[in-house]
Amino acid sequence: MPVKNIYLKELEDESIYVLREVAAQFERSALLFSGGKDSIVLSYLARKAFAPSKIPFPLMHIDTGHNFPETITYRDEWVKKIDARLIVRYVQDSINKGRVKEETGYNASRNLLQTATLLDSIEELKLDACMGGARRDEEKARAKERFFSHRDEFGQWNPKNQRPELWDLFNGRKNMGEHFRVFPLSNWTELDIWQYIKEEEIPLPNLYFTHQREVIERDGQLLAKSDYLNLRETEKGKMMQVRFRTIGDMTCTGAVLSEASTIDEIVAEVAASRVTERGTRSDDKRSETAMEDRKKTGYF
Amino acid sequence: MSKNQSSNSNTQLSAPKRSLLRFLTCGSVDDGKSTLIGRLLYDTKSIFEDQYEAIKQSSEQRGEQGVNLALLTDGLRAEREQGITIDVAYRYFSTPERKFIIADTPGHIQYTRNMVTGASSANLAIILIDARHGITEQTNRHSLIASLIGIKHVVVCINKMDLVGYSKEVFEKIRNEFEEFSTKLQIVDVQFIPISALSGDNVVDKSKNMPWYGGSTLLYLLENIHVSGDENLIDCRFPVQYIIRPINDEYHDYRGYAGKIAGGIFKKGDSVMALPSGFVSKIKSIETADGPMEEAEPGMSVTLLLEDDIDISRGDMLVRENNQPENGQDIDMMICWLNEKKLVVGGKYAIKHTTQDARCVIKDVHYKININTLHRIEDDKNIGLNDIGRISIRTTRPLFFDSYRKNRHTGSMILIDEATNETVGAGMII
Repeated sequence: MPVKNIYLKELEDESIYVLREVAAQFERSALLFSGGKDSIVLSYLARKAFAPSKIPFPLMHIDTGHNFPETITYRDEWVKKIDARLIVRYVQDSINKGRVKEETGYNASRNLLQTATLLDSIEELKLDACMGGARRDEEKARAKERFFSHRDEFGQWNPKNQRPELWDLFNGRKNMGEHFRVFPLSNWTELDIWQYIKEEEIPLPNLYFTHQREVIERDGQLLAKSDYLNLRETEKGKMMQVRFRTIGDMTCTGAVLSEASTIDEIVAEVAASRVTERGTRSDDKRSETAMEDRKKTGYF
Repeated sequence: MSKNQSSNSNTQLSAPKRSLLRFLTCGSVDDGKSTLIGRLLYDTKSIFEDQYEAIKQSSEQRGEQGVNLALLTDGLRAEREQGITIDVAYRYFSTPERKFIIADTPGHIQYTRNMVTGASSANLAIILIDARHGITEQTNRHSLIASLIGIKHVVVCINKMDLVGYSKEVFEKIRNEFEEFSTKLQIVDVQFIPISALSGDNVVDKSKNMPWYGGSTLLYLLENIHVSGDENLIDCRFPVQYIIRPINDEYHDYRGYAGKIAGGIFKKGDSVMALPSGFVSKIKSIETADGPMEEAEPGMSVTLLLEDDIDISRGDMLVRENNQPENGQDIDMMICWLNEKKLVVGGKYAIKHTTQDARCVIKDVHYKININTLHRIEDDKNIGLNDIGRISIRTTRPLFFDSYRKNRHTGSMILIDEATNETVGAGMII
């Protein structure tokens, strides 16, 4: 079905151009897939960009082991549907090898540990470009990202010395051992993503739709009760009617109270929302520049 | 948390034909760019509660009066510490009329290269002038860059009107000065608005403090300005970006040329010529994942299938036989230098131009431009960081190009330092 909104079509054309540019400029690229709506839209666009060929690069999932089970089920079905190749690397393996140490305490999360697993996978698979579904409207450090974002041999981002990016000429030149992070959805907003999902009728994990779930209320957030979440003595689970606005680890992704059971209802809810989607992520709340600090060391 | 706190909502849903406007904001340090953007976002209700709470907290911690809207765009640690914008920050907001992409670019002289970056993808530039100081060296520089980089619409916002008693005379004096200066530039459309970003006068809502101003507010202007004619719809240019060749039986003979239309309208059945080979064929179909199209216009990412099996690869260009781009190895262009290491005459650089890669040698620097007077400086040929000048290059192989004024896509190129891989120059072909 062709896209109706002119500006959505413009965003689609731009993203397809960037995806093709990655396939043309790099030898070993991968699309980082988390099972969240942004990476779903990105892989959907990749399918479009190279049709009727298969997507010329694999999807890669860095599995923290703390995923919602629904995410994994969806992932495997989606990969089949778009006829893509999937590579999975596990944070648990990095922990077993002693590369990283599990966090302890009530706010323990494997979010930060992903970085080590990701950088190890990039080295192991000799990847020269990793595409991600990050958007500039998500977070203030991401607002400064380029489409083609250079990483040094340690996977570090240097926000103060980024390459100027002019017109639609992307400079993907690099030395051995360095790589690029590429963000084809840079100019999309959360609402654009939802409207696109609606117009293109893209299937989503059911976590995004309203359901009954046992949650823990902590610091103004509703966290899903699970074996991975360390509970304080005073904390008790409560059944609530919720859905998720973003999908990450069970330990750090907050649910929102919602009755939205269709894409139309979600679009209406997002358009009316007065809180950003990252507001449901406790990983961003650790400090004012939490995202910038993580990105500098190689996080997405 | 969601439903009942609606405000800017439903109007966005029922607007099927909104288009996209990309603009940049530029001005000197402290002209109030970040505040203006904060104001646009805040007054169009594009700031979310948690963002607002976060900057309110930061403002209080820093002991500032009121909520500092500039903190919304100054995302990096160093920027917050120094209170200046270092890098281009992209911001998004929508109204029922349009979706907007803002490139918030640095005013500081050492970050001017980032303004060039922001300007290269913009249709419109907002130039901010502090009403107390009038036109400065930075204003001239930014206007020149906007003009050089082919921005056809400029909105001059004379800001901080509250600090000059909302004086009509101050506004008119600055307007006259700017008009005099800008006659030397190639900007088609210049408009002036007296504003106060801090208190919101004439940004989204009409100012009650300046009854003498009969024009529109900034937002109204942004929503209604026509930019559709900015693309070249005449001269057909299709740089081949990627070859699609499915490896399966169903599409055995499929050979698709994927790319983005850089100029003109391509129609099914059109006769096209491939450069550099010169072979002529016909467009068998224009494919997209959503099915074939009858015609495709600039900006669209499509896949062209030709009737004949001819040898075409990335970097080649499909054009009309009777309307070909220039073709050659000796190219004159205006260059904006982006790197601390100066341009070296006789030096070799890598080039990216459309989907082509090549190398070049710098043959000559003809002159440098004095950005205050626009005069040519013929006796100083050092092109360093933030300098703009005219140069000649010779490329390792022929390029197919147009003048930048005729086509922004086929007339632009970047120069890359082969040792560091940094993008060091932005070239606009004359």
